Amino acid sequence: MDMAIHFKELDNKLYGFVEGEIDTYTASRLREELEAVNITEGLEIVLNLSKINYMDSTGLGVFVAFYKRTLRENGKVKLVGLSNRLQRLFEITGLSDLMDIETDKKVESRK
Amino acid sequence: MEQLESQYQKILSDYMTDQTEKNLYIAQNFTRQLIQKNISPEDVVSVHKNAVEKLFPRRMSEEQLAYDFLIEVMVHYGMAHREHQSLLQKQAEYEMEMKIATNIQKTLLKTDVPQLSSIDIGMISIPIRKMNGDYVHFLYNREDFLSVAVTDVVGKGVPAALCMSMVKYGLETLDYAYKDPSYVLEVINRVIEKSVDDSMFVSMFYACLDMRKSILSYASAGHEPALHYSAKHNEFFPLESTGLLLGVLPETKYLYNEIVLEENDIVVMMTDGVTEFRAHDEMNSREVISSLIMENKYLSAQQLCNLLYKQIEEIQDFKLSDDFTVVIIKK
Repeated sequence: MDMAIHFKELDNKLYGFVEGEIDTYTASRLREELEAVNITEGLEIVLNLSKINYMDSTGLGVFVAFYKRTLRENGKVKLVGLSNRLQRLFEITGLSDLMDIETDKKVESRK
Repeated sequence: MEQLESQYQKILSDYMTDQTEKNLYIAQNFTRQLIQKNISPEDVVSVHKNAVEKLFPRRMSEEQLAYDFLIEVMVHYGMAHREHQSLLQKQAEYEMEMKIATNIQKTLLKTDVPQLSSIDIGMISIPIRKMNGDYVHFLYNREDFLSVAVTDVVGKGVPAALCMSMVKYGLETLDYAYKDPSYVLEVINRVIEKSVDDSMFVSMFYACLDMRKSILSYASAGHEPALHYSAKHNEFFPLESTGLLLGVLPETKYLYNEIVLEENDIVVMMTDGVTEFRAHDEMNSREVISSLIMENKYLSAQQLCNLLYKQIEEIQDFKLSDDFTVVIIKK
């Protein structure tokens, strides 16, 4: 199984689309891709996770690390398009209280 | 070097006149000297070139360039070969160290399940790879208190094992503070947060049973909620309690919760390797676990653990994707 991430810059915001499966094997590549993102002061990053069909706690670790770095470098990061399952994962781990997260439904109702 | 060159010239010249096994054998022995004196492959070619030059001066004018070329090639070949050899050696060393680390982990993080008369305790912990990322820690004071910490470290292998040792020693040094679950999590969080990198963290479910009052207090740090089977209601209740994973933020607070544990009640604590059905996301794993326990509630705590493992492994087509840990206590 595979994982891919694409970036697009629009109106001073950086949009990232993550798709596929994030587990022990693909997480290190995702980490590298996110580490390569150059965070300038005030940059807003929106990561869309709606195309992720599996993620384990290793994947969670990658997003936490990215979140902490963005905060340190004075940027902002938001996760959008979370499935019920991912939403639950972020809730159980207490991360949804910490990070800016939008579920799938909210994204859809805006259309 | 000069001595080697004249020796080689003699051996080569002997072989050119008489291609016998004996002459070949002498050449073979000569290679030992080359190894002993640490002569590189390109120098061997150079020795050969000089010998040919002396023995057959006329032929050499044509082949001079070809030999020089071969020497150049051998210089690089020799370097690559030496690098390859040293990598192989390093790899063997790492494997050896990994093996030692696995053994140390097994010894350090071995969990003994306490045998108590007033409560039945069962446990199973099966790692998916060599090193287990799950860890269970029991602390108890005779028939007074029993506390259980079920932990899952994110990240695998050696860093995870090191992190786990830290958690273990943190728990061991708590002394009598182990009766307050939210305080325990706050302390362990500070220990981990100071010393791990950004993508490493630990989830922990910590419960403490006051055996005299039959009160189970608990707190959770980003861990899978435990399940409480109430015999009186013949029903399962999740022991939900949200709290941030350990090691993310330094000053995190954790909620204290408690329930009364009655006769024949069961508490099931587990890691996400138990509830995560990767290939069957249409199934509600917690319902599956609840009904399995409901149907077999008369088994002992250990038998229940073994049964859960067997059944869930089967549901997952014997391809579990994470470390699998369950602790069951039965009153």
